[in-house]
Order: sequence, then structure tokens, then C-alpha cells
Amino acid sequence: MEPGPNEPSLPKINGWYELFSRGARDWLRHSDKIRDAVRDHLPQIIAGSDIINHGARSVQVPVRMLEHFRFRLRADGEPSGVGQGNAKPGDVLGAPNPSGGAGQKGPGGRGRGAPELMLEFKVDDVIDWLWEDLQLPNLQPRSGPSDEMQWKREGWDRRGARSRLDRRRSLKEAVKRRAQGPGGKSFTDEDLRYRQLTRRRSPSVNATVFFLLDVSGSMTERDRQLAKTFFFWVAAGLRREYQSLEIVFVAHTTEAWEFNEPDFFKVTGSGGTVASVGLAKVGEIMADRCNCASTNVYLFYASDGDNASDDAAAARTELEAVARRARYSGYVEVTAGTPRSTPTETAKIFKEVVACGMAGGRFVISGPDDITTAVRHFFTAEAQAAQADASGSAP
Amino acid sequence: MTQDWRSHVPQLEDLARELGLDWSPVIFEAVPDSFMSEIAVYGLPVRMPHWSFGARYIYQLVQRHMGYSRLFEVVFPGNPGHAYLAASNGLSDNILVTAHVLGHADFSKNNMLFRRCQEQGNAHIVEHAASHARQIERNIETYGQEAVERVLDAALSLEQYIDLDQALRRQRYPEYATPVKPLVDDGFRARFAALDPGAGAVAAPRPVRAPIPPHPERDLLWFLATYAPEMESWERDIFLAVREESFYFYPVFATQIMNEGWASYWHARLLREADFIPQAAYLDAIKCHSDVVRPIAAGEQSALSVNPYHLGFTLWEEIVKHEGLDAARRIRREDDDFSFLRNHLTKEIATDMGLFRFQGQQNGQFKVLAGDIDELREGLLSGKYNFGAPRVAVTEVRSDGTLVLRHDATLDGRGLDVDRARKVLEYVRSVWRRPVLLKTVDAAAKAVELSAENVAAA
Repeated sequence: MEPGPNEPSLPKINGWYELFSRGARDWLRHSDKIRDAVRDHLPQIIAGSDIINHGARSVQVPVRMLEHFRFRLRADGEPSGVGQGNAKPGDVLGAPNPSGGAGQKGPGGRGRGAPELMLEFKVDDVIDWLWEDLQLPNLQPRSGPSDEMQWKREGWDRRGARSRLDRRRSLKEAVKRRAQGPGGKSFTDEDLRYRQLTRRRSPSVNATVFFLLDVSGSMTERDRQLAKTFFFWVAAGLRREYQSLEIVFVAHTTEAWEFNEPDFFKVTGSGGTVASVGLAKVGEIMADRCNCASTNVYLFYASDGDNASDDAAAARTELEAVARRARYSGYVEVTAGTPRSTPTETAKIFKEVVACGMAGGRFVISGPDDITTAVRHFFTAEAQAAQADASGSAP
Repeated sequence: MTQDWRSHVPQLEDLARELGLDWSPVIFEAVPDSFMSEIAVYGLPVRMPHWSFGARYIYQLVQRHMGYSRLFEVVFPGNPGHAYLAASNGLSDNILVTAHVLGHADFSKNNMLFRRCQEQGNAHIVEHAASHARQIERNIETYGQEAVERVLDAALSLEQYIDLDQALRRQRYPEYATPVKPLVDDGFRARFAALDPGAGAVAAPRPVRAPIPPHPERDLLWFLATYAPEMESWERDIFLAVREESFYFYPVFATQIMNEGWASYWHARLLREADFIPQAAYLDAIKCHSDVVRPIAAGEQSALSVNPYHLGFTLWEEIVKHEGLDAARRIRREDDDFSFLRNHLTKEIATDMGLFRFQGQQNGQFKVLAGDIDELREGLLSGKYNFGAPRVAVTEVRSDGTLVLRHDATLDGRGLDVDRARKVLEYVRSVWRRPVLLKTVDAAAKAVELSAENVAAA
């Protein structure tokens, strides 16, 4: 049964092969697994700061291919092996690594390295993951109803617009009627029920968030970038939670200015730091625009903590004034690289104010990886504070 | 793909038979290049799904895209064998490839290692692998992707842990330890027994239950499939499917240099002696041949790896030249790469070929070392021992069900990569469903015991 030249099993491209690729299928599965595991990469995604500036709706993240682990011997010094060609003992082959380390090899790298690939994530998805476990106290009416009126559905009537006919309800009525007197028509006009609307005051779910950023000369480019990244993700998250959210962007050096959002994320500055000026500006805007009775007010202040030494008392007074009206005041200390051993000026006054019983907290961000933790830290703390508040037993 | 080359197949076959090649029939099939890359990734035309193949597939696509590798053919031994040719091969490529395939088919029919694995029931590996794949796809439908993947993660990461000295269909260990052989009967014992006829019966030793495993067991796939306390039968089947495929892969792996060399020797010889091939096609085919067995990339002085086609081809040429074709056939029957290199790679051949050992340096350069032929052979073979995997065996199952694995660091020369080993233990633990331990040594050659971490509540 040797296959001869005329045997039908001889080469003919089988259409089947074009229809389905096992490799592609398993590759998709691999990508799915990476997506599942992506929460490990959340800090990296968050730190991808391009999106702040470009307003993109997705982030590109370099991800390592997943490794299917096997038993392997411990790496033992530098690789050795057998080669072939024109070489004498003592010859040195290959070009030295420019960086000196085992860095990126060119495409010619022979080893089965772990190539990186770019995965794209929607910003909305990232926000989902970031805020997943955080319960924002957004559904607690601050104090009484707000001024806003809202149409709500309430009750049924025998008359109404066709579009609001409630079929299920109408059918029930028909069933009831037929149960009382058998043999009736299947439907009469009397059976029909229409949904009704009324106007009601909506509970307060308004919020105003103040982002106060120190842009003085002591804040390095990197510090500012970290702070802005933090603000970006907080804003993105809050916007989804609150129906009507106002964010006020304020930056200060020895003076303070209010910005619109795109400008705020581009702002740079130089000069000294006077925290009280910035806080005063926040207080001013707050008094001006917010109805504190019906609005949840939050303050987030990002600084490197180097406040002018003669400003401590003034800053404290201003902060107290603001914190009293705010539901929560957060202080983000950005120290790119080196965390400090002693509390900074600004950290001290926040500590004092919180010690006076006002809701607030501090967190130190020293690198991109901390941003996720910072967001979690503030919003878990805030949610707890709100709960305590709601149950009326604030310690 | 032209029709023409097929008209040469019977002529090539006749010539090959005249020259003494002996093979089982081969079914040739032309497949698209994309399918060729899949065969290269999976090792078999239709194989079980797993995400790790997907990662390798992309890697292969990138390589092919950059022009690093081109596949002409893949042959699967068996009766009949299957040869897949890339649809993009030209006429001369396919003449060469057909001759090459005949060389492989002869090798896999006659080499003892191949024969042994095929006699175990592996003569239809292509079909078996496809049926495993179908079964596993059905399992995914029934038990869900996650559950099946958990088993495959474990089974495929232990892919190399089989024992070729055992049968493919292996029996469980004997339940009782082999009783101590009665001492040789002599006159004294006979007289002693006669003193009290009842005593002999009482003295019969009670059977002793054999421990599991009775000896360190390196066939991990079989051991897990057979003795895991809480494995479902479909999970055991997956382990045994992976094991069966490994039985097929081992001879391919362990005779790569010989096998490719043999096929290259024969395609060169058949082409040389085939006067029926048109001149132009012959030239193209010979050019293609010299590309395949080229030791060093064009324009380079040296390479940091050895082309197995070239090494095998050179050795077979030498063997046929000095010892004749009959001796070559005997060697092809009896050797594997280990004995092949040790017996036939002489110092002279190595010098002629320009083989050298090298050592990497801190700055990423490589230093050429002086070394004798033994060290050179070791360098070529070191990646091949034990199916290319560290030696890990089951030594004990404790009374609480703990599985104890031991890594033989003495033979391997150093300990395991601890982080990877832990991950593998996690895979194993998820199917063994009891604690899993591994003994190896750390960088200071001190014994360490690893266990699976992040134990998920199963």
C-alpha cells in the first residue's frame, strides 16, 4: 500500500486548514488570562500618564507574556555552550551590551526570552477595577432634600398615555376580572392600567470636590506628575459615582488661582509655598458657590509638604475653616523617590486638624505604584467616616 | 505548489529502495504555511488546546515574520507516516523534501528508540493526539475551561517526566512487597522441619504491604494519574494523554542530531544519484540543501550554536566514508544522540568543523574556551539529559497524603530555580489536592524544602 503518484491522498490543500487556527485560539485564551491577571498591573496602568494629557479613552500597557512554569535548574552564572566557526580559544565574540546589564536584546536574541506585548485597556474598565471595592457614600442624603425636582414613577391609573401602558398589570386585572365572573371577554378597556408620574424632590447626591495642588518650585516635575495622576483617577472615579459633581481645580504657590480642568493638568509653576493662600482660595470658592447644606464637599490637597515656616498658624486656621465645612479633607504628600523620616509642616497641620475630630487623612505617594493604594486609602477611609457619620456615633 | 514534483516521488522511492532504505508508507500532504507554524508550535498536527501554545505560536509568528525560520516539512513516524509539506515550497524544494522525508521515514522505522516507543502502541500518534484533543475539548464543554486548564497546567508542566523504561500502559505497583526468598533448601533445614511438621506452616511470612512508591518514581505523569487521591477519572485521562504524547516526543528529542543528519545525508545522496531530475531543479535543490546544512549564517564568522543538520550530516558522511553503508545502518539502528556523539564525534572531525566551547561574560560577550573533545561532547549533550529536564522524582507519600518530590541536585550539579519550582508545585497541588513538598538544594548547596504557596481553597 505504498502511495503511488495517482493516489487521491497526495497533496491537495485541504480547505479545512484555512478555517480554523488552533494557535490563534490558544493565543486568545492566553490574552484572556492576561486580562484576568491584569489587576496585578493596575499600578502600572494607572501610572501611564499619557491619558491625562491626551484625553484618550484607552491606555496601552506593556504586559509580559505569561510563563507556563516548569522545573528549571537555577541559573548558574553566565551562559555557556558550544558554537561553531572561525574562532580560536581566547577569542571574544559578540558585541558588549551597551547598558552593561542583561537588558533588551535585539531581535536576534536567541534565547527564548519573554517578549513584551502591548495590551489596550479602556479607561472605563480601569476605573471599574480601581473603584471596585470602594463604596462611596454617595447615596446618603447630606441633609434633607435638595432643590431639584425630579419626575418619578408612582402608582397606576385607568387612563394615561399609550406609551405608559403597563401590560403585566393590565393582564393581572383581566385575570382578576375573569376569575370573578367567568366567561367574560379576554380584555376590556377597564382592565388597562397606565403608569403614572409625579414630581418629587430628589435627595441630595451633589458633591463638590476641591483639588488643591501645590505647584511651587520645590515640587519637581515628577512630583507634580504623580499628584496630577492621582487627581486624574480620583476625578474619573468620582464622576462616575456622582450624578452632579463639580470639581474645582486650584493651584497655588505664594498665590492661588482657579483653573479649568485641561489647564489644571498642564499647570506648572515656580516660587515659594504658602499653603494658607491656597486653602483660603478654596474656602472662598466654597463660601461663594456651595450650598454646604445639600452638597458633599471634599478637599484633596497635594503638596510636597514644604510650607513656608511662618505660615504654619495661618495655614492651620484656614484648613480648619475648610475642613469644618468639608465632608472629608485628604492630604497627599508627594515625595518622589525619598520618603521623609520626619513629618513635614503641612503634614503636621493636617494631623492636628484631624486630631480635632474633623474627617481627614494623609497618604504619602513616593512612586507611581502608590497611586492605586492612595486612592484606595482615601476612599475606604472616607466611606468608613461616612458610615460613622450616618449612624450618628462619630467618635 | 506545482503538480510536477509528485511525478518524481515513485522514482525517488525506487532509487531509495535500491540504496537500501526501508520505510513504512508515507502520506504526503501540502498544507498552508500558517498550519506549518502550528505544527512547529504544537509538535503534532492536531493537539490539545492550552494557552501556553498560544504564547509560543505568537513567538513563532514573529520569528517567521522576521524571516528567521522557514519550515519545509514535518514528518510524523507511524504506519503509515504523515509528511506535511509547506504549500509555498517550490518544485525543487519539494523534490529535496521528499528525499529528506524518505530518510526520516527510514530512520523512524529502524531506530531502536523509535521502534520501542512505536511498539508501545504509538504507531498512530497523529490520530491519537487528535483524539486526545477532541476529548479535552469535550471536557472543556462539560467541566469548564478553568477546571480543564488547571489539569493541563499541571500535566503539561511535567511533560518531560516519563520513564521510557516502563511500558506506556503501565500496571500499578504490586500491592505487597516481594517476600524474602526462602533460603536454599539443604539437608539440615529438611531434617529440622521434620522434627515438628507444624512449624513450617507457621513460619510462612505474612505479606508486607509495599510502600507507595516502592522506589523513587520519575514517571511523574503516570504516578499522579494513578495514585492521586482525589483525581477525577477525566483528569487522570488528561495526564495519561500528555504522557502518551511525551512517549512519542522523546525519541524525536533524543535522536534529533542523528535523525536530521540521516535525512540530510539521504536527500543529498538521492539527489546526487537521481539522474531523472531536471538540471535546473537539481541545482535549486542542491542550493536549498546547502542552506539547510549551513553551519553559520551568511556573512558571519561564527555562530554561538550548532546547526544539528550540519553536525549530523557531517558525522554521517564521515561514517559512510570510513566504515561503509552497512556500518552506518547498524549505527542508525542502535544509537541515540548520546552514543552517536560519544562514539563518532572525534577530535579531528570537531576541529575540521570548527566546533568550540564558549562562556558568557558579564558584559554580554562570549569567550571561546580551549577544551578537549570530551568537554565539547558534554557541551553538546548537556541539554539533552533526562528529556532536557531536571531530575525530579516522587520519593514518598506521607500518611496525611503529602506528596514528597526530590530533586537530584547531585546529578544535575545544582539546585532548582526556586520561584519556578514553587509555581510548578502549585500546579501539582491543584490536582494532587493534598500538600506537596519538594526537596532540592539552594545556592549554597544546602538542602531546602519547598512547598506550594497560595493554596487556593479547592
